[in-house]
Amino acid sequence: MIKMFLLALASISAFAEAFSGDVQKQDLNISAIVMFVIFVGATLLITYWAAKKTATAKDFYTAGGGITGFQNGLAIAGDYMSAASFLGISALVYANGYDGLIYSIGFLVGWPIILFMVAEKLRNLGKFTFADVASYRLSQKPIRILASFGAIATVTLYLIAQMVGSGKLIQLLFGLDYEVAVILVGILMILYVTFGGMLATTWVQIIKAVLLLSGATFMAFMVMKNMNFSFEKLFSTAVDIHPKGIDIMAPGSLISDPVSAISLGIALMFGTAGLPHILMRFFTVSNAKEARKSVFYATGFIGYFYMLTFIIGFGAIVLVSTNPEYLEAGKSLIGGNNMAAIHLSHAIGGDLFLGFISAVAFATILAVVSGLTLAGASAISHDLYANVFSDGSHDEKKEMRVSKIATVALGVTAIFLGIAFEEQNIAFMVGLAFAIAASANFPILFLSIYWSKLTTRGAFYGGSLGLATAIILVLVGPIVWVQILGNAEAIFPYKYPALFSVSIAFIGIYFFSVTDKSQRAKDEEAAFEHQFIRCETGIGSEGASGH
Amino acid sequence: MYADIYDKIKADPEFQTLIKQKRRFSLILTFITLTVYFSFILTLAYAPSVFAAPLFEGSVISIGIPVGIGIILIAFILTGIYVKKANTDFDAILNRLKDDVGVKHD
Repeated sequence: MIKMFLLALASISAFAEAFSGDVQKQDLNISAIVMFVIFVGATLLITYWAAKKTATAKDFYTAGGGITGFQNGLAIAGDYMSAASFLGISALVYANGYDGLIYSIGFLVGWPIILFMVAEKLRNLGKFTFADVASYRLSQKPIRILASFGAIATVTLYLIAQMVGSGKLIQLLFGLDYEVAVILVGILMILYVTFGGMLATTWVQIIKAVLLLSGATFMAFMVMKNMNFSFEKLFSTAVDIHPKGIDIMAPGSLISDPVSAISLGIALMFGTAGLPHILMRFFTVSNAKEARKSVFYATGFIGYFYMLTFIIGFGAIVLVSTNPEYLEAGKSLIGGNNMAAIHLSHAIGGDLFLGFISAVAFATILAVVSGLTLAGASAISHDLYANVFSDGSHDEKKEMRVSKIATVALGVTAIFLGIAFEEQNIAFMVGLAFAIAASANFPILFLSIYWSKLTTRGAFYGGSLGLATAIILVLVGPIVWVQILGNAEAIFPYKYPALFSVSIAFIGIYFFSVTDKSQRAKDEEAAFEHQFIRCETGIGSEGASGH
Repeated sequence: MYADIYDKIKADPEFQTLIKQKRRFSLILTFITLTVYFSFILTLAYAPSVFAAPLFEGSVISIGIPVGIGIILIAFILTGIYVKKANTDFDAILNRLKDDVGVKHD
């Protein structure tokens, strides 16, 4: 524990030094720094408290399974509302108006599907990771290897995107060097996860969700107050000011052809239901009832947040885009469109509120990367180490140690990749993460719950096909093949491969399952019945016995 | 170790009815969600002008805005309906079944 405090102190003082060195370089916002230091201090205290309560593997992976539905709903919202969605969606609304709303809706509709299809089944079947569910009645080794590969790939891509985004954002907000910002984020997330496990991660996410929702509510409220609480006035003022005029009220170029439209829809819906850090959150509640409530609250908070970002984006058009204080050469926003929400916070609440929103943006990054790192570390320690390399005959202490080593390793990797990808175009990474989640993780998970004839062979080959297809189609698609590699024309014409890769996964799993005539396949089908009853009733599930 | 209990529950006709009801209920809600969302994005792809039309004569607000906000609300309401039904009606039947086979519940 003492070591942890020393580390914590070291990170805070490193933070302060980094700032004092940069004073001349950039306008420093003292209130931002004070609020950020308060946040870091509070979360490190929580980590200290959580570390004392984290003794077993169950504590580490699932916070002991005692999180309530409401708390978990907030934590899920905190996990899902990234800085990228706060700044990115308000930037999209600021630049294109209505298209921002289309984008938000895509990210929201996965939630009802998760509730109706997988949430309670996950809770009833799983223990620590979604691979527990997928491999429940199948062969442990092949399924866990594939599932953990899907999980680690999704988490790593998402993590790189978050690290690069956070480095740039912190550079802009606090005047820190890019590398220093990335290292700082990495160290804090390693501290939270290694010492506090899921309990600390959950509370960091809850606090962040409350801060972000309050900050965004205040911004939207002040925008509407400025407009005398009239949407007609807000929108007509924006239309008068915006260079695109009335077009910002109508769908633009985000969705151009039906194939892309459906493909994006599938990626967002099934991808959300295949994100390992999101799925893991369902093991933190005690039963199916609380798992269901979590999704209800999460959908409410996330939906409400997206409505706020729409108002915030329009608010930025009205209050920021005409104010020379926020413009470079009288035209574009200082720091780019992603700064629309940040400038708006200054326009309505001055330096103090700008400081608050900057600190919230930083908190947001920390909460999201912590959840990702924990999910990645769990795939390494619980799936690969404990159930593949040790054949399940491991002891819990060793598994815990491996998970902590994995956390540090993932954190350090994320720092290095974050720095390595600074100048790279990373726009495809979140899309690829969703494509892999939708094409590999989701089909295996879904069919293992619902289809009695699923076999190990089917899941392994079909899932691998889905995974490979998603990766290849993204590589030869317009973003990587043309924009990054500079080829003239894309081999695969669509930006989103999910329609194709998800179909291939399902067809592959079906084909390799029904043609599997082995004894193992027969046993796996026979085991479905009891799995199904446990899935529906929760009898025998982790954490249920205590009630 | 739960095999006996699973077999007992399975043999109960009330369990079979519950499963059918639950499955029907989640399928209907899933179908509504998918229909609403895919109608929305297919309209965007095929006939975006539908959403560009003003909400009423002389308004700058397009039809697309209440439709979009409406979809967010529908998603939330559907999850509410599901949780209400599953946590009260379905769980009540399930708890009765659990009593019958001697399994504790909350």
